[in-house]
Amino acid sequence: MSTCCCGMGVTTDDPRFAELDAFMASVREQPGSLISVLHKAQQLFGFLPEEVESRIAHTMSIPLTDVYGVVTFYNLFNTQPVGKYAISVCMGTACYVRGAGRILDRFAEELGVQAGQVTDDRLFSLEVCRCVGACSLAPVVVVDGEVRQLKEADVPAVVAELRQRSELEALSQPVSARS
Amino acid sequence: MINLTIDRVPVSVEPGTTVLEAARQHGIRIPTLCYLKDINQIGACRMCLIEAKGYRGLQTACTLPCAEGMEVSTNTKDVRETRKLILELLLSDHNISCPTCVRQGNCELLRLSQEAGITDLPIKGELHQSAIDHSSPAISLDATKCVLCQRCVAVCREVQGVSAIGLVNRGFESRVAPFFQAQLNAAACANCGQCTLVCPTGALTERDDTAAVWEALHDPTKHVIVQTAPAIRVAVGETFGLPAGSISTGQMVTGLRRLGFDRVFDTTFTADLTIVEEASELEERLTHGGTLPLITSCSPGWVKYAEHFYPTMLPHLSTCKSPQQMFGALAKTYYAEKYGLDPKDIVSVSIMPCTAKKFEAGRPEMNASGYQDVDHVLTTREFGRMLRQAGVNLKKLPDSEFDSPLGLSTGAGVIFGTTGGVMEAALRTAAEWLTGNQLNGRVKFTEVRGEVRGIKEATVVVGGNVLRVAVANGLAAAARMLEKIQAGEVQYHFVEIMGCPGGCIGGGGQPIPPDGPEELDEVRQARIQSLYTIDEMSTIRRSHENPAVQALYREFLGEPLGEKSHHLLHTHYQVRHPAGVRTGR
Ligand code: SF4
Ligand code: SF4
Ligand code: SF4
Ligand code: FES
Repeated sequence: MSTCCCGMGVTTDDPRFAELDAFMASVREQPGSLISVLHKAQQLFGFLPEEVESRIAHTMSIPLTDVYGVVTFYNLFNTQPVGKYAISVCMGTACYVRGAGRILDRFAEELGVQAGQVTDDRLFSLEVCRCVGACSLAPVVVVDGEVRQLKEADVPAVVAELRQRSELEALSQPVSARS
Repeated sequence: MINLTIDRVPVSVEPGTTVLEAARQHGIRIPTLCYLKDINQIGACRMCLIEAKGYRGLQTACTLPCAEGMEVSTNTKDVRETRKLILELLLSDHNISCPTCVRQGNCELLRLSQEAGITDLPIKGELHQSAIDHSSPAISLDATKCVLCQRCVAVCREVQGVSAIGLVNRGFESRVAPFFQAQLNAAACANCGQCTLVCPTGALTERDDTAAVWEALHDPTKHVIVQTAPAIRVAVGETFGLPAGSISTGQMVTGLRRLGFDRVFDTTFTADLTIVEEASELEERLTHGGTLPLITSCSPGWVKYAEHFYPTMLPHLSTCKSPQQMFGALAKTYYAEKYGLDPKDIVSVSIMPCTAKKFEAGRPEMNASGYQDVDHVLTTREFGRMLRQAGVNLKKLPDSEFDSPLGLSTGAGVIFGTTGGVMEAALRTAAEWLTGNQLNGRVKFTEVRGEVRGIKEATVVVGGNVLRVAVANGLAAAARMLEKIQAGEVQYHFVEIMGCPGGCIGGGGQPIPPDGPEELDEVRQARIQSLYTIDEMSTIRRSHENPAVQALYREFLGEPLGEKSHHLLHTHYQVRHPAGVRTGR
């Protein structure tokens, strides 16, 4: 079976499992190594799908539900594929009353996805988050890791900017690395 | 010994004892919610807060080890107010719906709230909007009533070795759910219901099937029959406040008639039949080199667990259906023919100590009669609720007898309800067959009796044959045994496995002890004792001597393992792949 590069459709014969297995073998003696194994797996696969968590649980003899519990406890792990750029709209009280809902709707419209989804080209994931601690700037959106104060009307420009950034990055890479 | 004072009472305890246990040993009740002895001492709910001199802040008694000279106070102003606040917080995110909740009679959250003197709900918070998971035919999970104590998670992992459910997410989003938030019916759940016995609230319950049974009972065109498992007669009394282990066989039968059942039969009859078929199967496998050990198949929680986790062991399972399903198949064939009834008008109900039986009845292959063999399965708890709904007070009822012919049974059939009982019943019959005589009346095989949550092995010599047998109850214990069998460390001829601790009497559909799960072990022992008492008082104590079983073979089935038996009384198993599970773990 073939695997696509974007991380969807992970199958049991995916070559990345060999690397994951080797990593698990290397940390087998260390207590509490689950977190580092999950990190490694997320680096390899981009996110932690069922198949990957199941492999980890099985190899490390940890109940499935315990692995899944740890994955869902920490924000840094994703069980869904993520886009290259994460757009995370703050829905904390301050942002919400200052129009975060309209900003979210506008992003959804521009990108053609709902919160929690990824665009078909895997460029954007749209998310909502609870308060990011920047209430004085409300409403804020975390754009590719950077907290920004935005108005509804700024949304198309942000999307265009990120598209452009991606294209520039692609151009600056050697041809063989493009896929 | 360690000496300390609790509420100024001097106490001395073994090193390692927690303050909670020390208090309990000395009659001081500290309230708890998440605590389950040995398997869930995680300090999660903070209900058990106490004050200890010299310690900063309030401490959780369930995790705090006693120390020499400690001065503990369990009832200070601070302690009481903080506990009350914790309960108020829990209630602020609780779907309070006591009048419609099945746990309203024995809910620990309700009881703790009353004990804390809560008269008002001052904290208004956001309520969980999670949907109720009704996907399973056996177990319902309603996260809106969950207090996140994780007792279910601990039992499912430690006692049952299944880990079908776990705690997912964090903070307000936390909830109990299967792997990848699958629905329960797609998860590795064995349907054993042990989680419903330890849940303090109405979050985890049996799927309620009482409405369908009432409908059948009120339909004049239907002939509604009922079978009761051996374990019901020693437990249903508890739903009316009788002490654990009270034997109420006769009153139970009368109660079922009062509910309107046309015939009241006994699963114990088909337990005897199971023994005759299974002992024949054992004899056959022993003499013809069949797959050994033969492993019992009467516990549907165990069977589903094996289908998930031990597919290579499936050829070891006896092909015998469980007594419930043998009964179902015969009710709509043998019984229908004998009494000139059209099987389509028969509604076949069973009262079981078991939630997994609900799943078993719905297996598509369980239609040997041409209809679904067993239409509805009620747990002991649902049966108790129906009696109350009908205004029947079990305690005041006169005794009456089961109907014939499917109501006649032996002591061997009755002990099917306890761990070791199927083994003992099978040995009584096999011993006689293998030796060709009545073994000088040997009926007691105490060597296989009474180990709750563990494994018991024995070597039985019968007529020159040495039989190595073993008994396991609780799925984690079963898994331990299976690993040894697979590794070739142990060799047995015959193995009994029951999915629940203590066997059926400890089933996930049994009454919940009024003072919570700490009483479970004691309650199980009392019920087990009562089954042995019934056995002792029975005139017939070997399954194959049951005259109704003998008549069944004469009039209808022909021979054990014969063609008709094969069609009606035997079944097959299938490998299942629940989400994420890889077999051979
Ligand atoms: S779980 Fe307890 S408190 Fe909650 S609705 Fe049911 S009875 Fe009431
Ligand atoms: S029914 Fe049994 S297997 Fe299923 S979740 Fe509850 S304890 Fe676990
Ligand atoms: S479902 Fe019941 S036992 Fe499980 S965590 Fe919730 S309240 Fe506790
Ligand atoms: S009982 Fe001690 S914290 Fe829950």
